[in-house]
Amino acid sequence: MFTLPLIILADGLVFASWLFLISLGLTLIYGVLRILNIAHGSLYALGAYTGAALIIAYFDGDKWWPPGSFVVLLGAALLVGLVAGPLIERGVLRRMYGRDPAVQLIVTYALFLILEDGIKLGFGVDPYYAYKPFGLLGKVQLAGVSYPYYYLLLLIVAILAGGLLWVLINRTRFGRLVVAVIHDPEISTALGINLPVIYVVTFTLGATLAALGGAFTAPMIAVVPGIAVEVIVLAFAVVVIGGLGSPEGAALGALIVGLVRAAAVHLIPELELFTIYLVMTVVLLIRPQGLFPQVEVRRI
Amino acid sequence: MNRQILLTSLLLLTLFGGLGLVLPEWVIFLMALALAKGLVVLSVVLLMRAGLVSFGQGLFYAAAAYAVGFAINRWGIGEATVLLAIGVMASIALAALIGVVIARYREIFFGMLSLAFSMAFYGVLVKAYDVTGGSDGMGIAPPTIFGLVIPPERLRLTVYYLVLICVAIMLYLIYRYIQSPLGTLIRAIRDNEVRVAYLGGSVHRAIYLTYVLAAGLGGLGGVLVAINVGHVDPELAYWTTSGEFVFVALLGGTGSVFAPLVGAIAYELVKSYAFKFSPYTWQMTLGILMLGIIFLLPGGLWSLGQRLRRRQV
Repeated sequence: MFTLPLIILADGLVFASWLFLISLGLTLIYGVLRILNIAHGSLYALGAYTGAALIIAYFDGDKWWPPGSFVVLLGAALLVGLVAGPLIERGVLRRMYGRDPAVQLIVTYALFLILEDGIKLGFGVDPYYAYKPFGLLGKVQLAGVSYPYYYLLLLIVAILAGGLLWVLINRTRFGRLVVAVIHDPEISTALGINLPVIYVVTFTLGATLAALGGAFTAPMIAVVPGIAVEVIVLAFAVVVIGGLGSPEGAALGALIVGLVRAAAVHLIPELELFTIYLVMTVVLLIRPQGLFPQVEVRRI
Repeated sequence: MNRQILLTSLLLLTLFGGLGLVLPEWVIFLMALALAKGLVVLSVVLLMRAGLVSFGQGLFYAAAAYAVGFAINRWGIGEATVLLAIGVMASIALAALIGVVIARYREIFFGMLSLAFSMAFYGVLVKAYDVTGGSDGMGIAPPTIFGLVIPPERLRLTVYYLVLICVAIMLYLIYRYIQSPLGTLIRAIRDNEVRVAYLGGSVHRAIYLTYVLAAGLGGLGGVLVAINVGHVDPELAYWTTSGEFVFVALLGGTGSVFAPLVGAIAYELVKSYAFKFSPYTWQMTLGILMLGIIFLLPGGLWSLGQRLRRRQV
């Protein structure tokens, strides 16, 4: 009798942890740089491709200790984030601060288009199957359905990523500088905060989080061209529901979207996609700033 | 109306009309597609004049195209002029409803809410197989135009002229709108909304009307594209389609009613040539083109002409 709610809860939680991973970086970048980064989806795809390619290489010949593959996934995310992050921010976005928001949005869209084909050039168009880490941890029976422990790992990665980001922002010197910049970039500069450094580090952090989401998704899916397109709009829904620029909001948004989607999949599968954007619409109508609005300082 | 503008418009109309007689059929198809999409881009530009970036104009584009699909396939209506009316009315009706709430939104919230509406619509289109044909969409039989049955070998050209007539009429109407008190008020709203309200202008009403007008224009573009392509699918409402419209709007520039059409034609041409010569990197080509425009030519392609003219003077 309680099996269906339990399955919905479990599925929802799994989906929510994935959503949280893909949207955390997006909301962080928006919060600090005030740019809604469409290329976030491409960074996710780049992470997935790099992760999958490295995993396939790692398991080639079965020479290495299998659980080490999780470290490989982490390494893939760091590699992508640390290379692509500074390149994109210093190379392109840096010149866009203070421009019209429409222009900023379209610049990230242009980057998205460039990376979309760049990935095809680099990795080819054939699918990558990096399923080995997925089955490595075994399975658990839950309400008659078997869940791989890999999903639990995903949940842990999501919680760790969120927790570490929270500590970074709320408990470190760097975090205090970031908060100052969020509230007023101009005064922060006047106080001697090196704005470009804050921006490039934040963007790199966000890019790494996107790549992390991609890398840990790679074992669960066939990595094919076009995975970026669906991800970015889902991430938009999550961060808008939670409140643009708020990591806590992204967690709540991910939980809501995850549970709603899981419920829709099991109860009314035809409306799966519709319900997600219905929730987004309703939240925007009732609380335009999202459920966890970023503190807005009134300036008149 | 300014005489110079009238002359330029007549010249352009003759030029484009004449092009229809000399260009090969596939270019005619592309031009009709570009001009029809240009109308949707123009609708995005209208909203930009109010400082609003719609990231969901695909909603009206798709809604009108699907209305045409239903009209042809379910109700057996096969006359282009009636289909145009149906599509435009459908998108206007939709916008009249959504506009009530969305007219209160600004900046990123306007963009995100319009995105949410269009994606919800996309969700319905994809999943309601029985009604919409799911992700395959629907075929659209060639309609009669002004009551005439068009033979297949003449179809491309006739549709092109239909598009051209619609574009000419809409450009005139939009030009009048921009010159009108409402169009001026919209500019003022972008500059300072609070001041407009203090001066006694109704901000909400102006934005609402502009939103509905833009939706009708977007719907018209959707109908024309549907008739030209002969097929509708949910992709019309997807976020990439809406993103493309904003992309082309900035590519062309927002300085004139002609700019979106220039942008749309340039976009379709670059896209099809890039696709022909390097099928794996056509998106990259477009992205690089866009970055180049934004860095070197912030006013869009349209401002290129203005720069050249200024140099001559």
